[in-house]
Amino acid sequence: MAVVEVKNLTKKYEKFVAVNDISFEIQEGEIVGLLGPNGAGKTTTINMVLGILEPTSGKINIFGKNLKNNRTEILQKMNFAAVYAHLPTNLTVIQNLKVFGHLYGVKNLKNKIDELLKDFDLEKFKDHKAGSLSSGELSRLNLAKAVINNPCLIMLDEPTASLDPSVSKDIREMVKKYVGKNISSGLELGKPAVLWTSHNMREVEEVCDRVMFLSKGKIILEGNPKTLAKEYGKKDLEELFITVAREPLSLNNEI
Amino acid sequence: MKFNRIYSIFLRQMYLIKSNPIRLLSIFMWLIIDIFQWGFLTKYLGSFGGAVFNVVTVLLGSVILWEFMGRIQQGIMTSFLEDVWSQNFINFFASPLEVKEYLAGLVLTSVLTSFIGFLIMLLIAGLIFGYNIFVIGLYILPFILLLFIFGVAMGLFITGLIFRLGPSAEWLGWPIPAVMAIFVGVFYPIAALPNYLQFFSQILPPTYVFESIRLILKGDFNIGMNLVLGLVLAVIYLFLSYLFFLSVYKHNLKTGSISKFSAEES
Repeated sequence: MAVVEVKNLTKKYEKFVAVNDISFEIQEGEIVGLLGPNGAGKTTTINMVLGILEPTSGKINIFGKNLKNNRTEILQKMNFAAVYAHLPTNLTVIQNLKVFGHLYGVKNLKNKIDELLKDFDLEKFKDHKAGSLSSGELSRLNLAKAVINNPCLIMLDEPTASLDPSVSKDIREMVKKYVGKNISSGLELGKPAVLWTSHNMREVEEVCDRVMFLSKGKIILEGNPKTLAKEYGKKDLEELFITVAREPLSLNNEI
Repeated sequence: MKFNRIYSIFLRQMYLIKSNPIRLLSIFMWLIIDIFQWGFLTKYLGSFGGAVFNVVTVLLGSVILWEFMGRIQQGIMTSFLEDVWSQNFINFFASPLEVKEYLAGLVLTSVLTSFIGFLIMLLIAGLIFGYNIFVIGLYILPFILLLFIFGVAMGLFITGLIFRLGPSAEWLGWPIPAVMAIFVGVFYPIAALPNYLQFFSQILPPTYVFESIRLILKGDFNIGMNLVLGLVLAVIYLFLSYLFFLSVYKHNLKTGSISKFSAEES
């Protein structure tokens, strides 16, 4: 079942086209990488799927329902973590989790928070203010918040940006472990889906089942991250990324 | 509307206060300073004698009610600004939280701090200056209700302005009560104003509270129409302010300002 169905999505700011008529789907249990250089339209796309940016045209259906008309119901079963979305820094780890637990109406919140503190190795920081945490600890807190409501769809916008390789690996493991679980979304039980943006191609190759390359607001490539580079005659995903960033038109000649 | 979502906004503000008790000082310090200042001034004015009314009851009572309204407005504004300063909008608005729930959470926070402030003022005014708020009887209840509704309306309006114009617009919010006090007769009857300014008095709901207090203390209890007019106006302002905030939210959905809104933007 398609968790996300995006059709002909466009976002224009006056004459500037940030996202240009893109369509894609994300299936249950799938981790999809949304890749592209800075300014390609990744965050714009994620913000539209999160319902905090109104598309100029196009349709977004999530869990089979139109996002615009069923915003509250859909967002109840989604969550996100983004490098630019700061949790309140003057609240402690546990206070942040309590606030967002109530926001998402989490049942047995105390047990859920205990479980998250353990899973994300945050127990010893639970009374520390978020502002005093290191980047790695803060990323784990962001991720704990992102799964507090057992979401069936998670948006992760550069969740490992500026983290050291060891912490990045932990984050990837945590996400993969979460996607492996069966999550109840009301009537159905299924594996959650993830839309992941990153500039770390090795990470993408390791985590994602499928990748989509955005350039100037358009999806120009899509496929399996393990084979896509070879299909376009490139050594690896990083080389493909650089080509997308610098000379996207040249890719047409290599198909 | 789901209470758990409103409660989460309230809880976040309570944690902020708990985490830094100096915030409490900023909430209550000005109230305490004001009440002492006005209390001693009214006591001094009352010492001249010859007044046709009790200066303490009229002036101090009006100041307390006015401060209460101002605190409601500023309480909503400062709670909103906390989210601006912590760049937290995206976490709230990319969740199932609805705009009306977010605003209800801000109002709930402001109600708590404003009522505590109100009680502190009453306590000081009563113990030190012999003020009794119930000297005007149970009329005080609709007066408080009217000022509360109008304070919420002003709070929503100014947060809407900040949401639309950017964080620097907070400076428009602080002087509102002081500017409005000129027109609504907190310190003097509106008859003291030139005719052309009295028009503004008539369209501002608090005018009907302060004019009514003066009537009651002169023994004229015929204030029913004043109350109705004031309440109707306050509800209209509340409705318009909510629509204004909603329209700003929809505008920001189109421009993408919700994810970008931060204290660095001007």
